[in-house]
Amino acid sequence: MSQATSGGRTVLTVVAWLWVLIPFLYGVWQLVIKLPALF
Amino acid sequence: MGFLDRSAIVAPPGWSRWLVPPAALAVHLAIGQAYAWSVLKTGLGNGLGLSGTVTALPFQLAIIMLGLSAAIVGTTVERRGPRWAMFMSTIFFSAGFLVSALGLALGQYWLVVVGYGALGGIGLGIGYISPVSTLMKWFADRPGMATGIAIMGFGGGALIASPIETNLLAAFGTSSGGLASTFAVMGVGYAIFMSVGWLLVRVPADDWTPPNAPQQAAQAVRDDLAVSAQTAVKLPQFWLLWIILCFNVTAGIGLLERANDIYKDFFATTGPAQLVAGAAAAFVSILSLANMLGRFIWSSTSDVVGRKNIYRLYLGVGALLYLVILTLGEGNKVVFLIASLLILSFYGAGFATIPAYLKDLFGTYQVGAIHGRLLTAWSAAGVLGPLVVNAIVDARSDVQGPAKYSVSFTIMIALLVVGFIANELVRPVDPKHYVDSTETPVREEAAR
Repeated sequence: MSQATSGGRTVLTVVAWLWVLIPFLYGVWQLVIKLPALF
Repeated sequence: MGFLDRSAIVAPPGWSRWLVPPAALAVHLAIGQAYAWSVLKTGLGNGLGLSGTVTALPFQLAIIMLGLSAAIVGTTVERRGPRWAMFMSTIFFSAGFLVSALGLALGQYWLVVVGYGALGGIGLGIGYISPVSTLMKWFADRPGMATGIAIMGFGGGALIASPIETNLLAAFGTSSGGLASTFAVMGVGYAIFMSVGWLLVRVPADDWTPPNAPQQAAQAVRDDLAVSAQTAVKLPQFWLLWIILCFNVTAGIGLLERANDIYKDFFATTGPAQLVAGAAAAFVSILSLANMLGRFIWSSTSDVVGRKNIYRLYLGVGALLYLVILTLGEGNKVVFLIASLLILSFYGAGFATIPAYLKDLFGTYQVGAIHGRLLTAWSAAGVLGPLVVNAIVDARSDVQGPAKYSVSFTIMIALLVVGFIANELVRPVDPKHYVDSTETPVREEAAR
């Protein structure tokens, strides 16, 4: 039972981080593609 | 309202503290949209034919409301807990967009000012301070890193919002109806995105301890350190930090505010005007990245080297870097870029490290409320920074090239030196100001 809870929390942690990281990385990528103009 | 109260979100045994940073980021990445107002501003100006001054009003009011609401509601946020605060932030921030959408659909621009500026600004203020004290309790062993993650989110929010706003405006157009649709989609989208924050956030149980011992090598912190917000604002330590934050932010804004023009003035002769303009736009983008990354990197470093030392770096080296730009920056792109990026990383880091500095001085007891009051320094810097840069540079319009900035950059150096001296004057709080140890467990009563 506790193993199931622990597994569920691991999945929840992964999903939570993906929830914020995916849009964040999209934003970073949009920024990075502008940088070559600097050099 | 029990679901939103602190007592309803005490973490059960085994709860991972690594679920709390994404909860904080869900709020901070959303409210960081404020830094991307310029995209919506351009859409409003083009679509409705409004002047730059008029389309700046919602943003200016939002920043004023951010400082005021953080200062006024800070104690309530401490008492009610982070779920309540994140929920309220979600409601106010999203309502700001939706009321603005209604105003645009009805052709009533004042509703955009009231919606985004007043309602949205309250959402910014409550949301900004909502996760701070909770993160520091979960990560008592690494408070600088914890607040660095969240406040990095505020710096990174514009990175997400800017391309999304551009795409929405392109899809819906800049007619009144198109602008209303853009604001409505953003209101609904942010409500969904931020909901993960208030659903996930938990506070640690009273007997919970972090897996690693709190790092106290740099600054010894007494176990009974607990100063109330009411007492803190009467102490010199609070006002010294206020000066440090205000002047550090002002110095960053000095560069950020006119980054595009500054780059063009320093490198106007390095190529055709079109190439220089493209490089200047890329320079503005890379400054945002430095602003964001500095929040995490330097704030995490402060856990190792101590808060006072890291502010010596921000303020002392920051002043030297301004001097380097003034003396060596013209035509020297590498020196100019490195110095500018470091200055902007110190600007962001100044925001991110201040909650941990407050914790070191006043404890975690009401650190969120104290942080809220300190954010009035941001509001002041928001007026002071643009004033110093724009007014002086505009008054020297007859001067060409980098010399145009010599006076304003010299003022920035002076402000950073004053901030450096203020940092040197910071001393630990006398224990006589601590809240009575029999009183601290009764957090709600004391906060009232």
